[in-house]
Amino acid sequence: MAKNDLQGTLDLLVLKTLAQMGELHGYGIVLHIQRASDELLRVEEGSLYPALHRMEQSGWIASTWALTETNRRAKYYKLTAVGKKQLQEAEKSFEHLVKGVRAVLRHA
Amino acid sequence: MSLLRRISNLWLRSCVDREIDEELRSHIEMRTEDNIASGMLPEQARRDAVLRFGNPVATKESVVGADAALMLEGMWRDLRYALRQLWKNPGFSLTAIVVLVLGIAASVAIFAFVDAVLIKPLPYQNPKQIVGLFESTPLGQRFHLSYLDYLDWKRQNHVFSAMEAYDIQAISLRTPAGTEFAFGATVTAGFFRALGVTPALGRDFRAGEDVANGPRVVMLSYGTWQNRYGGRADLVGQTISLSGSPYEVVGVLPQGFHFAPVGTTEFWTPVQISLDPNGRGEHGLLGIARLKDGVTLQQAAGDVSAIAARLEKQYPDSNGGRGATVIPLTEQIIGNLRPILLLLLSGALLLLLTACVNVSGLLLVRSEGRRHEMAVRGALGASRARLMQQFVIEGCVLVGIAGLLGVGLASGVVRVLRLLIPTNMLAEMPYLDGLGLNLHVFLFAGAVVLLAAVLSSMLPLLRLSLTDLRDGLMEGGRGGAKAVWRHLGSNLVVVELCVAMVLLVGAGLLGKSFYRLLHVDIGMQPERLATMRVRAPYASYGKNEQQVALARRVTDEVSRLPGVESVAVAHQIPVSNVAGGNTSFLVIGRPENSSANNEANSRNVSAEYFKTIQARLVKGRYFTEDEDATKPRVAIVNEEFVRRFFPGEEVLGRQMRYDMSTPVMEIVGIVGDLREGPLDGEATPAIYTPFNQEPDTTFYVMARTAQAPQGLLKPMEATVKRIDPNILQLTAETMEDRIGSSQSSYLHRSSAWLVGGFALTALLLGMVGLYGVIAYSVSQRTKEIGVRMALGAQRSSVYGLILHEAGKLMTAGIGAGLVCSIGAATLMRKLLFGTAPWDVMTLAGVAAGLAVAAMLASYLPARRAASIDPVEALRAE
Repeated sequence: MAKNDLQGTLDLLVLKTLAQMGELHGYGIVLHIQRASDELLRVEEGSLYPALHRMEQSGWIASTWALTETNRRAKYYKLTAVGKKQLQEAEKSFEHLVKGVRAVLRHA
Repeated sequence: MSLLRRISNLWLRSCVDREIDEELRSHIEMRTEDNIASGMLPEQARRDAVLRFGNPVATKESVVGADAALMLEGMWRDLRYALRQLWKNPGFSLTAIVVLVLGIAASVAIFAFVDAVLIKPLPYQNPKQIVGLFESTPLGQRFHLSYLDYLDWKRQNHVFSAMEAYDIQAISLRTPAGTEFAFGATVTAGFFRALGVTPALGRDFRAGEDVANGPRVVMLSYGTWQNRYGGRADLVGQTISLSGSPYEVVGVLPQGFHFAPVGTTEFWTPVQISLDPNGRGEHGLLGIARLKDGVTLQQAAGDVSAIAARLEKQYPDSNGGRGATVIPLTEQIIGNLRPILLLLLSGALLLLLTACVNVSGLLLVRSEGRRHEMAVRGALGASRARLMQQFVIEGCVLVGIAGLLGVGLASGVVRVLRLLIPTNMLAEMPYLDGLGLNLHVFLFAGAVVLLAAVLSSMLPLLRLSLTDLRDGLMEGGRGGAKAVWRHLGSNLVVVELCVAMVLLVGAGLLGKSFYRLLHVDIGMQPERLATMRVRAPYASYGKNEQQVALARRVTDEVSRLPGVESVAVAHQIPVSNVAGGNTSFLVIGRPENSSANNEANSRNVSAEYFKTIQARLVKGRYFTEDEDATKPRVAIVNEEFVRRFFPGEEVLGRQMRYDMSTPVMEIVGIVGDLREGPLDGEATPAIYTPFNQEPDTTFYVMARTAQAPQGLLKPMEATVKRIDPNILQLTAETMEDRIGSSQSSYLHRSSAWLVGGFALTALLLGMVGLYGVIAYSVSQRTKEIGVRMALGAQRSSVYGLILHEAGKLMTAGIGAGLVCSIGAATLMRKLLFGTAPWDVMTLAGVAAGLAVAAMLASYLPARRAASIDPVEALRAE
């Protein structure tokens, strides 16, 4: 992802990814965001995990250890009820933001 | 994550760490696998994965940082780390803890006294409304009320909702062990209602019980009820015998009730004074009153003074020169203790400040030594806040340990200090009953510990936030931080020396005051003088002749005891806490209304009195043994009396009388001023009359002996007991003990000792601080000194270099201390006796002593500097 990321966008992307894909591990989230954005967004892998941990602390996501297709132990995250609500709010405020930014850009 | 899991994380940090590790590792491995699948070589694939991922250690730190529960875990780890650090540096830890314990214990212990005396409200309803009432006379502000004046004040005032009177009473009690003395008080009927105190058992006095020949009723203190009567509930209604008369017990006062002006009183009876219209001159009562809501002290004083002025006009004979004094009861009870306690508290807090400054300095030095460690941790991803947390926790651990020990020590110190108070003084300070570690004291201790923690960890924190963490990574880096520390450390030492100077000067001045006090000219020779106070029952010794005969017999028998040189009796003897027992008088041949300001102490003494105490006869003669009621009345006055009432006149042969109802006395002698009141009081005019002409049932027996007077006390008591076992023996002590244990000398002595203790501790702390700064400076300048010596500098010039630095600090500290201590001493001027706040000897002595101590403290590091081997020093870098 671009360095000048907007505050909270990473959270939104992670929540949306989990909403669409159900359970996913950290690496899977990175890959999904990359693919879904047509390689436009690249999540900085090191900063993903503190965010995941923080969201888990806030109760937005829950985690379990499970085996991947290649028989590797990995931590899988999924959205909780609280997380779903958070996602709706985050989407709404992002739409606002985009509308606002777009309006300013048009004006210029 | 559930709360339970958060908490369990506290103990399972390693487990969480493992999970994070594994998660990160599997991420990298999955990326590596994908890279290989997309055609990279295994080596290249792994490298790419790790590069994309970034620093795994830093990532892990920030993952952990996101975990709120793990912050507690981090604190726990820091705590254990801090304890380990303290354990590994026992010298540092012990010094810091001892220093803090001293500071904390001293301030908490003194505060316990401040709380008991100054803060805890008196155990009455709205104690702020209660005032003490006195009559003022030309001799001073606080003298007894006469009963008739009291009644007029009570009737005419518009400012009090209640006004009551009380007096102390000695009671003789028949017990299985013999006749015993007990403290009693007589009060007007509404006394307890005015204080807002309800009996724990039975009833209060009823209006009308406080009249002459009223019913004999008594109320007991709670302690008396428990100790003497086993707390029996059926005691109320029963009759007990006090001083030979039957009294009905009507009530028991509540536990914890005390009234300091009468000491620890066991028996309370209603006053029963006859309304003799000529008794206006009989002053024997003290008053209390409760202000009406909204009435100020000034209004009350104005109102009562107006009444006193009216009475003065109405009864010029008895009330000439008499005004009124109204003061808050708390002021009456603890007024003279307040400045001393505040002084001690400031001393203790200054000591605490020095202790904190010292510990702060020690922590700072250590933080210097750990710059490298901090820098490495910072580079590895620990945030600045995390590093600061480490310091704060270390400071808190130190202060916490010291706080616990300090409070424990304080509780012991409080107990010891209480034991050191003489019993007779303790009786006058019943409010000290509640002395101890209560909630107030714990809150104060908490505040002190918090303050100490903040002060102790602030400097290292400041230092950490001011500098760039990466500086520490450069080997041997000489950053600006060292200069900052040297600057700060030096300032701290100046503060410490200044505090030590203030405390030392305070202690010096108090010590000197105490010395002056003990050596004040009391007008007599107190050595080898034994005194005993006795009280004969009025029933057997009611007549003057009986009293004279008793005094003669006691004198005769005591003078036959081995070693006794002379014996005298006196109604009151010198050095008492109050120079009471005063009287007004008229000088024959002067107009009567000029008597308005004639007030003097009156003392009835036997013929041998002045010879026995070895007073100085200025002029005229002493009394003779045969001067009794059959002979013309005579009197001896003191020099102050002459100065005040007969300046420049011949006094011998002049005549005077107390009032128109008493016989005329001729002045036959003048003696040097005796210190009748407190040691630190002014000389007061006094009239001495022969005991045989004005005898009493209560008197002191004084005996001068050839040997140590202590040995005479027991035989004297035995003698009196043999003469009549019903005679009460109130006190028996040597004159020197009486002087030494008098309130004024006790207060001076104890404050001098305590402040002296603080001062010595502060001096020690100041020296440790100075040593630390100089030693640190030497260690930092090892290379410089090595170079100097390699270039040919002599050892003496190295000494000069270091001692010059120490000298600068010392001069600054002592200079500042000089200014501050003159300021502080001016504030405590009232506590000094015969000593000026700017006493040059004390100031110079303390400054010189402190300078010597400071130079000693810097000599050791200077010697180490001078013995540096230049080759070693240069190689070390």
